[in-house]
Parts: sequence; structure tokens; C-alpha cells
Amino acid sequence: MKAKGQNHIVIPPPGRRRFYGDGIAGVQLDELVGKLIVVEGADGSGRSTQIARLVDWLETGGHATVQVGLKRSTLVSEELERAQEGNILSRTTLSLFYATDFTDQFENIILPALKAGFIVLADRYIYTLMARDMVRGMDEAWLRNLYGIALEPDAVFYLAVEAEELVQRNLSKSATLDYWESGMDLGLSRDMFDSFVQYQTAMQAAFRQLQKTYLFTIVDGNRPVDAVTGELRKKMAAVLAGK
Amino acid sequence: MKTFAELNFPGRLIAVEGLDGSGKSTQIYLLKRWLEAEGVRVYFSEWNSSELVKSATSKGKKRELLTPNTFSLIHATDFADRYERHLLPLLRAGYVVLCDRYIFTAFARDVVRGCPPTWVRGLYSFAALPDLTFFFKADLEVSLNRILDGRPKLKFFEAGMDLRLSSDPYESFRIFQGRILEQYLAMSTEFDYIVIDANQRVEAQQGIARQLISQRIDLARFKRQSPLPLPPPVRRERKPVEFDDEPVE
Repeated sequence: MKAKGQNHIVIPPPGRRRFYGDGIAGVQLDELVGKLIVVEGADGSGRSTQIARLVDWLETGGHATVQVGLKRSTLVSEELERAQEGNILSRTTLSLFYATDFTDQFENIILPALKAGFIVLADRYIYTLMARDMVRGMDEAWLRNLYGIALEPDAVFYLAVEAEELVQRNLSKSATLDYWESGMDLGLSRDMFDSFVQYQTAMQAAFRQLQKTYLFTIVDGNRPVDAVTGELRKKMAAVLAGK
Repeated sequence: MKTFAELNFPGRLIAVEGLDGSGKSTQIYLLKRWLEAEGVRVYFSEWNSSELVKSATSKGKKRELLTPNTFSLIHATDFADRYERHLLPLLRAGYVVLCDRYIFTAFARDVVRGCPPTWVRGLYSFAALPDLTFFFKADLEVSLNRILDGRPKLKFFEAGMDLRLSSDPYESFRIFQGRILEQYLAMSTEFDYIVIDANQRVEAQQGIARQLISQRIDLARFKRQSPLPLPPPVRRERKPVEFDDEPVE
């Protein structure tokens, strides 16, 4: 028998699972013994950094991890990228295209990984997709039905960062603001800076609206990186302990 | 759900539905030729034909990557693209739009594949109902023979092989199509299909369809020479849409 201490590895107990709606036919929920952890937030909110740190920490702690994100499916990611470059898709089409991308990864990566006991770290999940569409005037009930196939995660951390702070971080990283992250397709302002601030503010309002239904944990992402990491680890530890 | 006429669109949408091999594509093609010859402004749209989505769909099908849910979603994406970029503007402009398959194809197929009916219907709830829906009802054997005569091999998804109904594609196709037919017929009254006996001769079916269209739609209103119909009444939640200009010939 191994002694407790440095080599002690926590085996996370299975949680209670449910789909948001009808879910996926034929899936045995109690077989999904892994953990699904979602990190949400705008570009520049520190998502990737925090996920990388969580992965390090989890793997050091003996947990196998899998990372997923938006627009990474085998099925439609290239086509989605191409369509977005041309900015030719209308709202419903783009929304369904993203839903296809999500579902492809959900069924082919997330569910099998959960079944195999992995900790799945999702760099954004259905909430970003829903919030984007809500800001573009799509019906929330329609979206809730669409994503009724999704599994409720074990934890959702939303890294909330003020729009002004996001601008600074994005500019210092790449000296430019992304067309879509600035919501330029909405025609809010011809000025990209203004558009970015308005769009991100609207996105935050959409997230707050969604939070009423989906109850995710809001993490103050305005703080220094280490402070956020510390909070996420503490919350992750609780999830692993089954709390 | 309302039809385009009920939503005060100036245009009209006619859909044909039926099993593979029911002859519906032949029939809608002949309807298109007729309406064109009558001088009606007409547009034809086929299921699963959006250029944007095509590469993803064909990749998914060739490599058998699709699950019932992604199959459903990718077809909904295709439909939405055609609906928002082609069908809606044309119907606003007073065209008669002919659709070879409409949302009922998804309602039938996706449900047979195991997707929840309410979920599938919800996906397509942004779409208005056709003003006329023809259902070409052929015997299963007739449809099956037409498919097998025309093409040497059944495609994987077309035969419903993803459902693992049988390892024999022909047997699988038979069971799959039979189940789709059940779904179609179950929706018959709900969506007010006009059922046409597709075991009859081509000409007989076409005659019935043309007669019905003439009765239900005042085709004179949709001819190129006549002035455009009046714009729909402006609804409060929408921006006003104006139809002042003659279409470009």
C-alpha cells in the first residue's frame, strides 16, 4: 500500500450528470466518470493561460486531461474558418454551423474522454456560442433547444474582465483587435475601438443573462494571473474532491 | 407556424416531398418548366445544395464521420444558408419558389435516425411553412426499383447504413425508407400535404399538380410583365421593407 503524502492522488468521485435538454441518444450518463471543466471568457480574459496552468497542475496531480475548444472539429472547422473570412453567412446559418462544430467534438472527443475518466478542459463551451447569438438578436429559447444536446459541466468558470481592460490586453498582445471579437459585423460603430468596447459590454450582459439559467461561477479576471490561478486551483480541488 | 402567404410575403413557396425514387424531382422540374413558360418569376432550390456547406457535408458523408446529431445539424445549416440568403429575399421580391424537399425531410429522416422530434422541429422553427406541399406517395418497391435502376450502388447514408439496420445495403435501404415513409405519413394532416399517387404515369401526376397550383395560386400575380404585388404591411418590430423597383430582367 502506498503511503499518503506527496504521491497521494485524488480519485474524483463520479458526479451527478444531466443533459440540458434531450441530450444524446444512447449515452449512459453514469458511465461518464471523468470531469468536464469549462473556462469561458473573452479573448484577453486569460483563458488560454489559465487552462495551460490548470493542465500542468492536474497532470502533476496524476490526472489525465483532454483539451477542446471552439472551431476545432474534424468535420467543419476548415469550412467554418473559410466562411468566416468571407463574412458571408447569415446569423442562423453561422449559429447552426458552430453548433455542428460543437456537436462533432462533443460526441467524438468530450463524451468518449469522460467515459475514459479524463478531465476535459473546454476552452469555451455552449455559453459563448449562445451569448454571441443573443447579442446578434437570436431567440434565447431557440438556442436553449439547440444546445439541449449538451452535458451540464462539473464546473464552469467565467473569467470576467472589464471591456477597457480587455482592449489593453489585446492591444499589448497583438497590437490589433480581432474583427469578430470587436463585433464589427454588427455595425455598432465604424470605430473598432468603440465597437469592441460596446460589443464586449453587450457580451457580458448576455453572460449575466445566461448565468440565471446555467449557474456558472464568475471569476474576477481583472486581477493578476497568479491570483486567478490560485482561485481556480482551489475551486478545481473542490470539484475533484466531489464537493 | 405560418405559411408565407399568412405572413404576408408577396411570394409563394411550393415544396415537394417524398421518398428517394418517388419521382418528386422529375415532377418539380416539370413544374418549373411550366411556370417559366407561363412567364412566372420562379426560383428552384434543392435540399442540401448550399455551396458553403457542401464541402463539410460531403467530407462528413464520404468519411462516414456523421452521427445522427451532426447529420441533422449540418443539414439544418445548409437549409438556413439557402433560406436566409436565397429563399427569403426571393419571397420578399414576389417570386414563386420551388423546393425539392423542405423541412419535412429533416423532420422525417432525423427522427428515424433517433433525434428527438421536438429538438429537430425546434431547429427549424425559424422557417415558415410552404404555401403548398405536395407529397409524392409511391409504393416502397417502386421507389426502391427507381433508385436501383438509376444508380448502381446505394450511398451509405442514403441507405441508412449508419443505423446498422442490416449489413446488406438493399435491405437497410428498404427498412430505412419504410420508416421514413411512416414518419412522413404521420405528419400528413398536421402539415396539410397534398398527397399525389406517385405510382401513376408522370403526365398524370404532373396534370394534377399543375391543376392544383392554378387553383390555389393566382399565377397572374407572379408574372414578369405585371406590376409587383404590394409590400407586406409594416410590422412594428421590423424595419420597413419597400418594393418600389421592378426586378432586373
